[in-house]
Amino acid sequence: MDVQSEIVKSEIVQTSGLDTLIELSYIGAAVLFILGIKMLGSADTARKGNMLSAMGMLVAIVATLLYQDVIEYQYIIGGVIVGTLIGATAAARVQMTSMPEFVALFNGTGGIASLFVGWAEYESRKGGWAGGVPSTDFISVTAIYIAIIIGGITFTGSIIAYLKLSEKIDGKPVLYSGQQIVNSILLLGTIGCGIAFVMDPSGMYIPFIVAVGLALVLGVLFTIPVGGADMPVVISLLNSYSGLAACAAGFVIGNTVLIVSGSLVGASGIILTNIMCKAMNRSLANVLFSGFGSGASTGGGGAGGPQGEAKFLTPDDAYYVLEAAGSVVFVPGYGMAVAQAQHAVRELSDILEENGCEVKHAVHPVAGRMPGHMNVLLAEANIPYEQLVEMDDINAVIENVDVCIVIGANDVVNPSARTDESSPIYGMPIINVDYANTVFVLKRSMGSGFAGVDNPLFFNDNTRMILGDAKGTIESMVGAFKD
Amino acid sequence: MQLLLLFTFVLAIFLGFELIVKVPSQLHTPLMSGANAISGISIVGAMIAAGKTGNETITIVLGTLAVTCATINVVGGYLVTDRMLGMFKSKKGNN
Repeated sequence: MDVQSEIVKSEIVQTSGLDTLIELSYIGAAVLFILGIKMLGSADTARKGNMLSAMGMLVAIVATLLYQDVIEYQYIIGGVIVGTLIGATAAARVQMTSMPEFVALFNGTGGIASLFVGWAEYESRKGGWAGGVPSTDFISVTAIYIAIIIGGITFTGSIIAYLKLSEKIDGKPVLYSGQQIVNSILLLGTIGCGIAFVMDPSGMYIPFIVAVGLALVLGVLFTIPVGGADMPVVISLLNSYSGLAACAAGFVIGNTVLIVSGSLVGASGIILTNIMCKAMNRSLANVLFSGFGSGASTGGGGAGGPQGEAKFLTPDDAYYVLEAAGSVVFVPGYGMAVAQAQHAVRELSDILEENGCEVKHAVHPVAGRMPGHMNVLLAEANIPYEQLVEMDDINAVIENVDVCIVIGANDVVNPSARTDESSPIYGMPIINVDYANTVFVLKRSMGSGFAGVDNPLFFNDNTRMILGDAKGTIESMVGAFKD
Repeated sequence: MQLLLLFTFVLAIFLGFELIVKVPSQLHTPLMSGANAISGISIVGAMIAAGKTGNETITIVLGTLAVTCATINVVGGYLVTDRMLGMFKSKKGNN
């Protein structure tokens, strides 16, 4: 083995052209990532884009293996085998409804990998910094620290997001008095450790270890005050962090392909975060810190909430309305995912179409627990592309719609957002289902939505509540059509 | 060299914004999981830490852990994105 690697090594050292080849391969990989993301922008090319991006990754990996200093393959192979087994099994098994927590978990593995890379690089280089850090290494030292902090926050933040999304822990915001103060002190501590570390990295093992611990704690503390339905924002943000952590790792080892691809991911996450916040008419700070949906901070609703009597309907009665309808719009929310109702929805929408009815599925940008979550579920159920409409497009024509079927969505169709200035969700763009001729609301119970706000929609004259499991309800409607 | 890296970083961020702003909302989930897979690029740094000649034990251990985690990220991320996008595609064929 040793002899063999010596031979390999000596061959490689002689060919300085190999280094150029590796650098060129990295450029190729970066180009493939960029093209891949570009092609992800259209449904027709998206799958090919993802493959191009995967090829880019393969090119980068192979190029790194050719790197003349990389000669101990056994650990790499071991890690790759274990990682591939876990990753491939998880990817094959995960249900589409569980995609948000799955992506959260994967963000976490990316984050912790960057933390380990930063740490490993620190271990291998700290000896050289014993007599003080040369100014040329200043960015490396800072980058090591940043990679570790962002990586650590991403890791534990993602774990909490995963636990909340998979309902292994309560999704409600966790708030306590002085929370912002505690977070600020810890953040300052992290920065303080950072300064101490950058000034003297070789002698500063304790600040380094403390910083790793602080980053892990901060990830938890930043994520626990965020409620379940605000998770689309948090996942987007963690996605951005995982990219930035990879980027920092790129600065650590001076590798451009890490920097380019990390930046792309970082930018992508920031844009999605921004889109999610806009769709809820809230600032990022409000989402992250306010504990929205805890009930305590939302006041509204309650005694002053809408009064009146809701009108109920059975699925069999609903059939008579649907049978006569010329246009039906489904508005899915997280409840559809929970009930796994997407296939039943597809069946009902097919039957309605056969019946001569025009069917659309209107998706609110923050419906579900991650950006685009509902679209994936509808795609899984083979709902045709042409039937999907975005919020603004359906709102423009919603007055002409005969029946809107709201499936497990609540806040995104709550008219208070338009009419009630005292409502915590006032100003949030919603799908105006209340303007349709008839609204069916499929819900498990009459409880309020995530925001803890009463929904006057339920008490409108043109609203009919159909209580029960959404999947069962829709299947009953399908059954009524078949009879 | 270091400043050149910073320059690359800034340019890549801008490029990322330009590319991703154009992605329609229905593709946001695959975009996110695809981007997530790309963030596993830290596998490059991980492999160097795990396989570089003359590295100390602790570096190798950390590097190997990093390779494992980054591989989960890369393999899982690309496969699940492909699985999702396969669904997006099939409906066109059916209709």
